[in-house]
Amino acid sequence: MLENALVGTKRYYGLLAFLLALIGIGSFFYLQQLKLGLSITGMSRDVSWGFYIAQFTYLVGVAASAVMVVLPYYLHNYKAFSRITILGEFLAVAAVAMCVTFVLVDMGRPDRVFNVFKYPTPNSVMFWDILVLNGYLLLNIVIGWNVLECERHSVPPPKWVKVLTYISIPWAPSIHTVTAFLYAGLPGRGYWLTAIMAPRFLSSAFAAGPSLLILLALLVRKYTKFDPGREQIQTLAKIVTYAILVNVFFFFCEIFTVFYSQIPDHMLHFQYLFAGLHGFGKLVPWMWFSIGGMTVAAILMVFPKIRKNESTLALTCGLIVITTYIDKGLGLMTGGFVPSPMEKITEYWPTAPEALITLGVWSIGFLIITVLYKVAVSVKEEVRA
Amino acid sequence: MAEEYKNEFGVFGERPKVEKKLYDAKYVIPGLIIFLILVTLPLWPNLGKTVPVPQPSLATPAIEKMKDKKCVEALEFMRTNHMRLLIDWRDGVVRTDEKGATQGGREYVATDGKRYTASLSNTCLECHSNKTQFCDQCHNYVAVVPNCWGCHIIKEQQVAQGGAK
Amino acid sequence: MGINRREFIRIAGLSTLIGLGGKSAWEILAPGEVDAAIAEKPQALKATRWAMVIDMRKVDEQVAARCAQACHLVHNVPDLSHPMEAKDALPPEVAARQQLKWLWTEQFYNAFPGDEQEHLAEEVKAKPFMVLCNHCQNPPCVRVCPTKATFQREDGIVMMDMHRCIGCRFCMAGCPFSARSFNWRDPRPYIKDENKDYPTREIGVVEKCLFCVERLAVGLMPACVEASQGAMAFGDLNDPKSQVREWLRANFAIRRKPYLGTNPQVYYIV
Repeated sequence: MLENALVGTKRYYGLLAFLLALIGIGSFFYLQQLKLGLSITGMSRDVSWGFYIAQFTYLVGVAASAVMVVLPYYLHNYKAFSRITILGEFLAVAAVAMCVTFVLVDMGRPDRVFNVFKYPTPNSVMFWDILVLNGYLLLNIVIGWNVLECERHSVPPPKWVKVLTYISIPWAPSIHTVTAFLYAGLPGRGYWLTAIMAPRFLSSAFAAGPSLLILLALLVRKYTKFDPGREQIQTLAKIVTYAILVNVFFFFCEIFTVFYSQIPDHMLHFQYLFAGLHGFGKLVPWMWFSIGGMTVAAILMVFPKIRKNESTLALTCGLIVITTYIDKGLGLMTGGFVPSPMEKITEYWPTAPEALITLGVWSIGFLIITVLYKVAVSVKEEVRA
Repeated sequence: MAEEYKNEFGVFGERPKVEKKLYDAKYVIPGLIIFLILVTLPLWPNLGKTVPVPQPSLATPAIEKMKDKKCVEALEFMRTNHMRLLIDWRDGVVRTDEKGATQGGREYVATDGKRYTASLSNTCLECHSNKTQFCDQCHNYVAVVPNCWGCHIIKEQQVAQGGAK
Repeated sequence: MGINRREFIRIAGLSTLIGLGGKSAWEILAPGEVDAAIAEKPQALKATRWAMVIDMRKVDEQVAARCAQACHLVHNVPDLSHPMEAKDALPPEVAARQQLKWLWTEQFYNAFPGDEQEHLAEEVKAKPFMVLCNHCQNPPCVRVCPTKATFQREDGIVMMDMHRCIGCRFCMAGCPFSARSFNWRDPRPYIKDENKDYPTREIGVVEKCLFCVERLAVGLMPACVEASQGAMAFGDLNDPKSQVREWLRANFAIRRKPYLGTNPQVYYIV
């Protein structure tokens, strides 16, 4: 089936070439990073995780959102989703591939990555994170590929694929519960030490992932002969609506707990993010845009008129993707590290090489999506013919 | 002769009749040649060269001073096992708990009963203080790059040539 | 009838698995394992729970500077603001945010955040509190390390295995005391006076105070304790006759963030 990815329109080749060029640029800077170390990034002794791990955190959520299309179809026989489960699964494959790449890119000693497997440490959440992430990648590749192959030959998928699908349904929320546990179990980081870290990750993921899927589905409809379907997109939009409302609610829960109890250690991080602290306030406009935009998007999504009009839906989904990205990508990481456990402030901002390496990894993900979607769409066009 | 073409998805009627020949030969054959050249690339720079046999030098001042010129273990043992010995020293000194060794242990009890401090920089390199003339001789020959020297400091003192054993 | 592609790939895959599995099985059964016995030196200092007491009444700027310098010199801790060659010079902002330090000083409000009060004794406000890794009895950094590169020894010291560290920096996120430093770049150009008897670290690994395990093993007190000339006590908390227990019996001492439950083992007599 992969041969479908090797033929396409000029626009398709152009997209591949553009993505490969970005990957090339990212690789060049990554080679620099291998030589000069992570000193080329904006990270510091106080802010020891930055852009790379932030992307990883965001993409884990996007990857898990595939369960939002798989679950209604396989568990509740929502037949309409049969057309787009493959789109969700392939999005998950690309997202998890990016996650794993971001973790590798962030490691100080990538040459020693196999130490994690040589010396398994069950008490470390990161050990489990690596296991479940790779497992999820494998699951989605196997399930997606097999289901697509069976569709191409017009046969029902074998029983063992169904078993794997049922396994992937609880696996999906667990991958970013485990990722949330990376943050939520650290006694020294007040911003992250909250029981609703995992629920927040889930709500943010189920808003961002299906939003991204809606945007991708609209692109697929525009540029290929495959139409994911109006009803499917509308159902996804309803899922996004509930998830984003819950996400905004969770955020206000956090604000209440922190500012009503008035414990300084917890308040300081929110103060830094939303008001600035001792003159340091690089992230203040970003955070207000994020939470404001998210609230606006949530309110807009409530109205059926806005959801049903696919142009306004696309704009609102775009806003959701951007605002959840800022919240999880920039706010979560920096908020946790600033101020430091000694209540000192070292600000963080990604450097140019860091941003270009990040862009390169995103391009790898988009390349995977382009190739896999091309295969899926070609097969569906073939079957229809 | 028509064969039925089938795989586990089902039967697909007759295999299509296609002439048996090498298609796209004008791409495949140059491609194969380029591949063969790339794959054998590491060998090309060394064509015709002879690399001299390693001559590790033991003529360091510390060794010259020794009456009984013995290493921590016997020569043949060291030749085959010095890397394993160093790894065991490393794990025993740094990670005392896992191997069940004593807490904070730092001494190696050799097979002849003598006790040495288990340290690359402070024991091995005390006698073998000419790394480039000793360690590197064989390592370079077999293209081995031990990753010790990034951290463990080399106390190098080059000696006069001649006196190699 | 030939063999079809799927069959071929299946057989090739199985053969590879058996081949590789066979190789590993051979290596396990193969003879020739070296099992070096590492013993203690007779003069090594031993304890079941090492702890440190810093008498801040005897510490001033000079004592603190002397201790920090002794530690950093003996352990080849790089100083990013003083490169050996001009070409390695860094902008001061970069040197400040990527610096490495094992033992340094902080003001009271930074060393003990959460213990703030507006009307703190003047003397305490001005004191340079020496901060370092607390070698907690319940260390969160050990809990989170995915490779056990940082682990707790039986004598309580939280140790680092620089050979195993993958540089994921999870331990740095987990430490509530900001005690750990990361080698963002190659440290060697920034080590002016190399102590040739102690290794440096490489790029990409985390480092911190190790309570001078290499000195304890040969019967010496930690470098900072020696340099403090009596301002610091170091000994076995489980030995009622040790100096640390004497000092703790006679003086009220505080610890950093005890409410987090990490059970830090560096005590401060204020």
